[in-house]
Amino acid sequence: MSLALREVWTAFRRAPGLGVLSVFTVAFSLFAFGLFGLVAYNTRLALERLEERVEIRAYVTEGTEADAVAAAVGDIRAFPEVANVTYVSPEDALKRARVEMAEFKDVFEPEFLPASMEVRLKPGMRDPEQVKAVSKRLNGYPFVDDVRYGEEWVQKFYSVRRAATAAGIILGIAFAFAAMIIIGSTIRTSVLARSREIGIMRLVGATDGFIRAPFLIDGLLKGLIGGVMAVVLMWVTRAALTATVLAFQFFPTPVLLLGIVIGAVIGFLGSAVSVGRQLKRV
Amino acid sequence: MSSSAQTILKFTTVTKAWARGSGGLQKVSFSVAKGEFVFLTGPSGAGKSTILKLCYMDELPSAGEVRVSGLSSMNAKRVEVSRLRRKLGIVFQDFRLLEDRTAWANVAFALEVTGTNQKSIPARVQKVLERVGLGPKMQAMPTELSGGEQQRVAIARALVNDPFVLLADEPTGNLDDRASRAVFQLLRDINTSGTAVMMATHDLDLVRNSGFRSLELNKGALVYDSADAPLPERES
Repeated sequence: MSLALREVWTAFRRAPGLGVLSVFTVAFSLFAFGLFGLVAYNTRLALERLEERVEIRAYVTEGTEADAVAAAVGDIRAFPEVANVTYVSPEDALKRARVEMAEFKDVFEPEFLPASMEVRLKPGMRDPEQVKAVSKRLNGYPFVDDVRYGEEWVQKFYSVRRAATAAGIILGIAFAFAAMIIIGSTIRTSVLARSREIGIMRLVGATDGFIRAPFLIDGLLKGLIGGVMAVVLMWVTRAALTATVLAFQFFPTPVLLLGIVIGAVIGFLGSAVSVGRQLKRV
Repeated sequence: MSSSAQTILKFTTVTKAWARGSGGLQKVSFSVAKGEFVFLTGPSGAGKSTILKLCYMDELPSAGEVRVSGLSSMNAKRVEVSRLRRKLGIVFQDFRLLEDRTAWANVAFALEVTGTNQKSIPARVQKVLERVGLGPKMQAMPTELSGGEQQRVAIARALVNDPFVLLADEPTGNLDDRASRAVFQLLRDINTSGTAVMMATHDLDLVRNSGFRSLELNKGALVYDSADAPLPERES
C-alpha cells in the first residue's frame, strides 16, 4: 500500500500538469452536471411550492346550520387525501378580500360573499384525478352550493410538471454520460502516459493487482478531490446567483456527499477500465 | 547441449501466426539447458524476437508448446506468468528504463513492484550495480549515462532477482563497437556464474568468435542449430 501511494505521488510529481488537468476535468464535469442538478432541484422545489396552492373551495348555502357545517368539516378532515379543512365565514371572506384586493375594499359587502370550506390536499395527492374525486364527494353534501378548484389550472400545472420531470431525467442522463466520458478520457490519458511503466512492471513480474493499485488510488483521489472542488464551485455559483438573480436553495448535505462519492467512483472506475485495457496489451 | 543437462526451456513444434499474416514461427523445436549460452540469429523478421516473447510468455503459441521452468504455455495463468518473470531477466535493445528515475531507482523498482522485503532492497541493488560496473554512477539519471551504461542498468535490473535465464533481444544493437563488446563480456560473465543466456543478435562475428551455441532462423523456421552441426562459413 505504501509503495502504491508512493507511486501515485511519483506520478504526480513527474507530470503535475496532467494530474491537475485530470482533477480540474473531473471538477468541471461534475460542476456542469451539478449546476444542471441545482437548477432541476430548485425547479422541483418551486413546483412543489406551487403545488401546495392547489385547493378546493366548497361554497356553503346561505342559512346552513353551523352544527351541520362543523360536522361536515370533521368528516372531510378524515378523507385520506385531505391535509386540512378550514371553514371561512362570510366575515372572514370579507376581511380576506379587503386585504387581497385593497383597491376595491370599499366595494365589498358581507352579504355578497358566501361562507365556504377550504380544503387542502396532502402532498402526492394533488393530481387532477384525485382533486376531481374529492370535489365530487364535497358536492354530495346537501348544503354545498358549488365546488371550485381551478380545474384548468391544475391540468396545466401537472402538464408542466410532467414535462419538467421528463426533461430533467433526459438532460440529467445526458449530462452524467458526458461527464463520465470526459472524465474517463482524461484518466485514460494519464494511464497512457504511464504505459512504459506498466510495461516494465509486467516484464519484471509484477502481478496485475499490484500494477492496478496505484492507478486505482490515483483515480479515486482525483475523483474525490474533483468532487469536493465541484461542490465548492457550485456553492460559490449558488451564492452569486442568490445575491444577484434569484434565491437558490443549495443541495441538502446527503446529496452533496453523494456527489463527492460519485466523483470518487467515476475516478476509480475510469482508472480500472483504462488500466485494464492497458494491461491487456502488455 | 548435453542430453543429461537439466532443461530449463523447451519449444515443441511451436507455431506462431500473427493476425497480420506475415512473420511468426513455423514448427520450431529446441531446448535450452541450465547455464547454457545460446545465440538467436537470422535476418530481421526471421522470428528471433518472437521466440524471446514466447519465452517470457508475452505471446502464446498458435500451436505447439513452450515450457519454461516447468510452466507450460498451454495452461499458464497470468499470475503464474508474473511469477515466472521474476525468475527471468529480460533486456532490450532500447533499454526500457524509466527516464525520471536514477539508475539505483530503476533497479530497485524491479524489486519493489514484486513485493520484495524493503529492508533487503538497498543491499541487493548496490551489489548488482557494482557487479555490472556502475557502482560510482548509481545516482545518475539515465540521460546522464552513455548507451552502454544504460544497457548495464537494464542488465542490472534483469539480474537483481537472480534469474535462471537472461533473455536479451539485440542488447548491443544500439551500441558502438566498444560498448557492444563490453556488454557482451558482461553477459559472458553472467553466464559463467551459472545464469543461462539467450541472446538475439545480428552480429555474426560475435557469434562465430564466442564458440557458443547458435540457433539460426529464417522466415520463422529454425534452419540451423550449431548443437547439431558446426557453424558454417557465411558472409557476416
